[in-house]
Amino acid sequence: MRIVVASGKGGTGKTTVATSLALVAAEQDAVCFRDCDVEAPNAALFLHPVLDSHREVGILVPQVDAQTCTYCGTCAEVCQFHAIAVIGGKTLVFPDLCHGCGSCTLVCPEQAISERLAVLGVIDSGSTPEGIAFAQGVMNVGQPMAVPILRELKQWSPAIPPAACGEGARDIEIRDAPPGASCPVVETLRGADFVLLVTEPTPFGLHDLKQVAAIARDLGLPAGVVVNRDGIGDDAVGAWCAANDLPILLRIPMQRRIAEAIARGTSLVAAAPEYRSGFRDLLEDIISRVPA
Amino acid sequence: MKLAISCSGTTLDSPFDARFGRAAAFCVVDTDTGAWTAHANPALSATGGAGVQAAQLVAKLGAQSVVSGAYGPKAFDTLSAAGIAMLLAAGNEARSAADILALFQAGDLIQAGAPSHTGHHGG
Ligand code: SF4
Ligand code: SF4
Repeated sequence: MRIVVASGKGGTGKTTVATSLALVAAEQDAVCFRDCDVEAPNAALFLHPVLDSHREVGILVPQVDAQTCTYCGTCAEVCQFHAIAVIGGKTLVFPDLCHGCGSCTLVCPEQAISERLAVLGVIDSGSTPEGIAFAQGVMNVGQPMAVPILRELKQWSPAIPPAACGEGARDIEIRDAPPGASCPVVETLRGADFVLLVTEPTPFGLHDLKQVAAIARDLGLPAGVVVNRDGIGDDAVGAWCAANDLPILLRIPMQRRIAEAIARGTSLVAAAPEYRSGFRDLLEDIISRVPA
Repeated sequence: MKLAISCSGTTLDSPFDARFGRAAAFCVVDTDTGAWTAHANPALSATGGAGVQAAQLVAKLGAQSVVSGAYGPKAFDTLSAAGIAMLLAAGNEARSAADILALFQAGDLIQAGAPSHTGHHGG
């Protein structure tokens, strides 16, 4: 069961919901958490994992052996990204344009191209005190490509399997998606079973909700909504969800006490244990909505 | 000597375009005979690597010098590798490619010694 927690913009409480869902699930199920917000991962602030493994990830970029290269130009022709130029008796590679597709290596008639890893970021992993297997991707500052890191993060498998406490424990994976509605979000959603959309009842919240809901629909994924800071705006979100057959699975009221605890790095269910049952119901509700 | 000028149309009368990678076209003038040809820039619609692609076009057209307003680092490297001299003209005046040609012939253009900006990320 792979659940993605997403929201169109940052600051809606997406990570609050994702981490609380993980903590509640971990009371009986084997939980694996992937923080896919690679530009600014912050789920670790709430789940407190011990991150004892760090692996550099990136893409394979070409390097040309000047001895073997005949400057035939085939590699430059095949590269859609103009990351190679064969010019004036030189073969120039521009690693920051390269997408690591491997085409140039494949077509070089002289086998003059070998590949080296260009590091784009790192995957930190470990486990939390509750036994949640945890991994986060962290993008290197100044490099623009998130998707290759996300692919690696999705493939990561924990060195120590997550602890399963209860009878009949299920495997639950929770992905905290990046904000926005572009390629990294699509990559995070791909292969998921359910999308939990976190929003707030404001015009901005609704605008961003619509965008991510559209991606989930295009990918054919079942989805449901959590309204955070319920009560601060109008209920245009509720009306839109009803009109679009998008169930609202949980409403979290605006409470100063909760907001302050979260600002200190306490998870919602630790700061306000009365929400535990709500999150447990949310989890079961999600599971029941995924076609077996 | 063949001189390429970045411009926004396909004649010598069309306005000079100061952007190298994103110029609409390049006029290539034979500075000895005055004969010229114009070539649309395929890099105009590229999502990334426009500078590299435009530089490859200019090299393929056989230019030995090029005039534009600015060269990004990748365009600079590619044009340097091709041995093409990069000349600079300011883009904030209304000038045609023909005006640029006249400046070139009067020896009024300076050569770019280094990339003009840090380039653009295309994602
Ligand atoms: S395809 Fe191979 S031999 Fe041809 S220019 Fe590229 S690296 Fe050199
Ligand atoms: S790996 Fe793909 S993107 Fe990178 S240089 Fe080769 S052909 Fe271009």
